[in-house]
Amino acid sequence: MRALVTVFLKEILENARDRRTLLSALIVGPIGAPLLFAFLINTMVERNLDNAERPLKLTVAGRGNAPNLVAFLEGHNVVIKDFTGDGGAATRAVRTHEERLVLEIPADFGAHLGRGVPAPVRLYTDYSDTSAAAERGRAEALLAHYSTRIAQWRLEARGVAPSLVHAIAVDEIDVATPAGRAATLLGMLSYFFVFATLMGGIYVAIDATAGERERSSLEPLLTLPVERRVLVVGKILAAGAWMVVSLTLTVVAFAISMRFVRLDALGMSNAFGPRTALAIVLLMLPFVVLGAALMTLVASFTRSYREAQSWLTFVVLLPTLPIMYAAISQLPSRPALMWVPSLSQHLLITSLLRAEPLAGADVAVSAGATLAVGAVLAAIAVRLYRREQILG
Amino acid sequence: MIELEALSKRFGSVEAVRGVSLRAPDGRITGLLGPNGAGKSTTLRLLYGVLEADAGRALIDGLDIARAPIAARARLGVLPHNAGIYPALTTRENIRYFGRLLGLGGEALEARIDELVRLLDLGAIADRRARGFSQGQRLKVALARALVHSPRNLVLDEPTNGLDVLATRNLRELILGLRDAGHAVLFSSHVMQEVAALCDDIVIIGGGRVVAAGSPAELAGTVASGLLEDAFVAALATGARP
Repeated sequence: MRALVTVFLKEILENARDRRTLLSALIVGPIGAPLLFAFLINTMVERNLDNAERPLKLTVAGRGNAPNLVAFLEGHNVVIKDFTGDGGAATRAVRTHEERLVLEIPADFGAHLGRGVPAPVRLYTDYSDTSAAAERGRAEALLAHYSTRIAQWRLEARGVAPSLVHAIAVDEIDVATPAGRAATLLGMLSYFFVFATLMGGIYVAIDATAGERERSSLEPLLTLPVERRVLVVGKILAAGAWMVVSLTLTVVAFAISMRFVRLDALGMSNAFGPRTALAIVLLMLPFVVLGAALMTLVASFTRSYREAQSWLTFVVLLPTLPIMYAAISQLPSRPALMWVPSLSQHLLITSLLRAEPLAGADVAVSAGATLAVGAVLAAIAVRLYRREQILG
Repeated sequence: MIELEALSKRFGSVEAVRGVSLRAPDGRITGLLGPNGAGKSTTLRLLYGVLEADAGRALIDGLDIARAPIAARARLGVLPHNAGIYPALTTRENIRYFGRLLGLGGEALEARIDELVRLLDLGAIADRRARGFSQGQRLKVALARALVHSPRNLVLDEPTNGLDVLATRNLRELILGLRDAGHAVLFSSHVMQEVAALCDDIVIIGGGRVVAAGSPAELAGTVASGLLEDAFVAALATGARP
């Protein structure tokens, strides 16, 4: 126990004097991640606000063929730009991204309308251009709206109630709580927490294993009357301590920076208070153990500091993959998923941010499964240190 | 006392150590002499147990390093070849770390560190971080670390590598002092003069085998010239024959 504390404290002290550790534990996660996140969210918020308010720019060929339609569009926040040329010219213009959308109104538009047969218009658009999707959607909706309005007038003129053509009236009721809506965005937060946690320990893990070997200080250490498992566990715990520091700072930084994000502009509330912050750190503790054991194990395999560095930058991505998948696919929380480390932490933190109650069993399974995987990894690392090849 | 009994070690197809036996008794300095690549470091690594012997055993005060590694190591001070120290820690912190891991602490440890700083002339760098230390300074810190628990048995692998004349002389006096205090000292070197000047017993190793052993006078007596150097060369030439 004494030896364990000695190893632990020495790794803490040594890394407190290491610029790389300080940078990755105190700067990258705690300052970089909230800045990046706040930037992403604000961009998203502004784009959402913009899309609805900004006038739609629509290029129209043959506007003289449908003055009423053009007037309708202009009355619905559309700015019309004239286009001269035939369908071929319109195709080329859209394909070369000279124009995003071209509406072609043929000369016989009025004649068709007058006879009561479908009047053709052509909307030239490039489906591979995803940035035009929102504008295309708005243009199509406006055209459909105009079409419905004409149809209603025709029915009324023939003495038919327009409501007859609406067999079903769909009324969408959005039940998302403001906090829940925010959590869709905040779901990405756990990704940053996992990332900051791992970054906090990455250089400690490298330094304590591959670094120690590269400096030839491992061999003298192994000649001491100390059990190797004590050495390994001490190193893992030291990496874990730095990870907790990095995580805590990151969570606090997020809790503060979230106050400056215009979540209210999206009709969302923010459930990220001090109690939530504390709960997040506690929920992440088992993952700290796993991450520290994982990084120590991988760094012990490698032959040099540099090799450990390139391996670990890859390894720290692994636990973030299930989170990315879950955040993108909006995976709902299920008890079975609590067995998966990192994913379970993500789901629990997301629930917490949605202001939903956490099931005690879920928390227990998450912590138990994560700690078990961490213990297995630590045991493998100890075995590795018992082999003579550890000297490299 | 350190006793090696028919130690053997093979790395793949290379037989690095082939049945090496030797004794380093208390109160004597035993030199392991051999050219580079003769198997000196491997033999010592088997002795302090960071390598596992394929055959034979190593006893420290009668304790088998393979069976009772913790108890055996507690009686051993080791300076491995090119031993590294922690660059972010000061000289004192480097020594203190090993002292604590060896079960020392408190006033006794601090007093011992002061003593070692004086003994090895580390005063100027005692509170400096080890980053940027010269090879000689690093070696002295590593040596102080190996001596922190005043081990009964001391194993030094090429301890004079990179030391200047004055430091080598200090080290020699230190080793003689330890011998006179009853410690068993086993050290390896490829420099014959160094071994001749210091050792009570010499074990010459070549091709992973002990090719000759005895006091400097005994070994010198085996050749007509009566020179230790000739005895060294002759022993290696004999040992190289199958």
